[in-house]
Amino acid sequence: MKGSAYNLRGHNFIAWTTGFLMLASLYAIFLYAPLERHMLEVQKIFYIHVGAAWNAFFAFFIVFIASIIYLKTRNLKYDVLAAASAEVGLLFTTIVLLTGPIWARHSWNAWWTWEPRLTTTLILWFIYFAYFLVRSGVAEKARRAVLSAVFGIIGFLDVPIIYISVRWWGSHPTIDTTGGGLHPMMLHALIVTVLAFAFLYGYLCQKAMALENTRQELQDIKEKLRESI
Amino acid sequence: MKDIDLEIMDGCFLAVLGPNGAGKTTLIKVLSLLTKPTSGSLEINGEEVGEDQLSFRRQIGVLSHQTFLYNHLSAYENLSFYGKMYEVPRLKERIFEVMEEVGLQFVLGDPVRTFSRGMQQRLAIARAILHSPAALFLDEPYTGLDQHAMEILNQVLVGLQNQHRTVILVTHNFDQGLNLCDQAVIMARGQLVYRAKREEFLGRDFKQTYLRCVGGS
Amino acid sequence: MGYWRKLGALVEKDLAVEFKTKEMLSSMFIFSFLVIVIFAFAFTPSRATTSEVFPGILWIGITFAGVLGLNRSFAGEKDNDCLLGLMLTPVDRTVIYLAKAASNFLFLVAVQAVSLPLFFILFDYRLAGPLWLLLAVILLGTVGFIVTGTFLAALAANTRASEILLPLILFPVIMPVVIGAVKCTAIVLAGVPPELKGELVRWVKLLGIYNIIFLTVSLMLFDYVLEV
Repeated sequence: MKGSAYNLRGHNFIAWTTGFLMLASLYAIFLYAPLERHMLEVQKIFYIHVGAAWNAFFAFFIVFIASIIYLKTRNLKYDVLAAASAEVGLLFTTIVLLTGPIWARHSWNAWWTWEPRLTTTLILWFIYFAYFLVRSGVAEKARRAVLSAVFGIIGFLDVPIIYISVRWWGSHPTIDTTGGGLHPMMLHALIVTVLAFAFLYGYLCQKAMALENTRQELQDIKEKLRESI
Repeated sequence: MKDIDLEIMDGCFLAVLGPNGAGKTTLIKVLSLLTKPTSGSLEINGEEVGEDQLSFRRQIGVLSHQTFLYNHLSAYENLSFYGKMYEVPRLKERIFEVMEEVGLQFVLGDPVRTFSRGMQQRLAIARAILHSPAALFLDEPYTGLDQHAMEILNQVLVGLQNQHRTVILVTHNFDQGLNLCDQAVIMARGQLVYRAKREEFLGRDFKQTYLRCVGGS
Repeated sequence: MGYWRKLGALVEKDLAVEFKTKEMLSSMFIFSFLVIVIFAFAFTPSRATTSEVFPGILWIGITFAGVLGLNRSFAGEKDNDCLLGLMLTPVDRTVIYLAKAASNFLFLVAVQAVSLPLFFILFDYRLAGPLWLLLAVILLGTVGFIVTGTFLAALAANTRASEILLPLILFPVIMPVVIGAVKCTAIVLAGVPPELKGELVRWVKLLGIYNIIFLTVSLMLFDYVLEV
């Protein structure tokens, strides 16, 4: 597929694959995977929860890589990628934080448990939010790209340390989430869902980038008009 | 800035003229090694300026319309601090020297916030020449100065010229400083649009030339 | 060796500027004091609850007072474009970072030196563990806070509404420091019972690693933050 500002390379392929995988995932979750003994249907939300979680962190990893590449090359394309990835990442993180309590309420009768992974995801949410605050505070394009790249790098490097400290902090026996082995069919459903969300991430990312590119083109045209006055 | 090809000879006094937004401040930033040019290169004394800039920075002084002074510290403390940062030898004596040159030797101990704008700019001049830089860049230095301060600035500039230091004066003020310059260039919209020799820009028609360069599209 | 002398000159300058007005130090201290009083009202100071929450209150006080100081550290350089003046000097930009971190550290420690005893007095808290260990742990946590805080303060100084931005971007990133410091403080305050000794060592290691990682990363990335 030829790329342009509006439709990045391979976008159609990703769009179709996403659609297909999401359908496959829905099938796998509701029709393929067995019903869990204790929680019945509500357990199904686990797939979405984990699918979104993996990709939320993956998105942040992309932010990290794009930030480094931007600082090295100063090619604004990478800043657009970082911002788009962060946007989708924030969305997925929100999904994780919303589905988590729903599941927790039904398994342990508590809306929130300070489970290490969930807590780390909460802090990740704040770091994503901070990333956008930094971006919104700087008007000039290049400066904004540099500062958010720096923050993206710092934020990402912090995540493993945050995870470790939260885990040690809650060292009293926490509720083990997926401790015991998963039924193989559930595992299949989970893998399909994670993959589906990964493609969804790619799809949304490309859309966000295309949007930003269009916005930027509009800005450039406006500036050219202004100059000739 | 776009396509700037500029060669500045040792000891010359260059004026950079142009309206706001022409890129003059950016030029100063690149020349004073604050920013790296996005493309192209900067050479000083035939050497390309790479990563190690420290030795070059020691030879550059900058005077801006911002004073770079700490309001709560005294004049002496400000100069002493910058003197240490620039590794000025015989700091105490040098401080007295420059303060006399700008006529502020009696207010050394007073905090800068008690100074008038003119006095602050004079102190800024002292700060800029404290380390006896080989090159001095001035970015709109006459902004907001009173008559006395302007005279002192001109005196200092003449002194520098006699010492064969390189001076670059960025201004949009035609009344001041031009008579000291050897060359002038005009910038507009990020580009160097005109170069002029001394006889030309001291002539009466120069203002026309200037307006023509910056006005048209 | 010019590097260290210049660092000294910068720190000296920061201290000199602060001592002329003592504005920042006094506000940091008063703020700490206010935190103590508010918490005293929020928690009825019976023995049980106090020992539970005391380490947390301590570090909340330090963190809030610290942010106050951090905000001011680069705001002061905005006047008269002094930061630009510093960047013109023949000095590595990392010196500016280290000097600011050093002066911020000194200010925060100065405030702690006065407010910490006050905490103990007002909450009538008895320290069970060794004093030197408590001080070491507090200093360790403070270093982590200042290292990241100074860097992010410089970053935030580039944005508008920087004073509001700084706490919002700082707190998520220093979570490990707060968690670790509170844990360590709690263990030391309780007299380092033998079963918790291993845990204390573990947390101290974590804080140490955090400090090293973030000091290194800040030094590497500081140039980008200061670009004009």
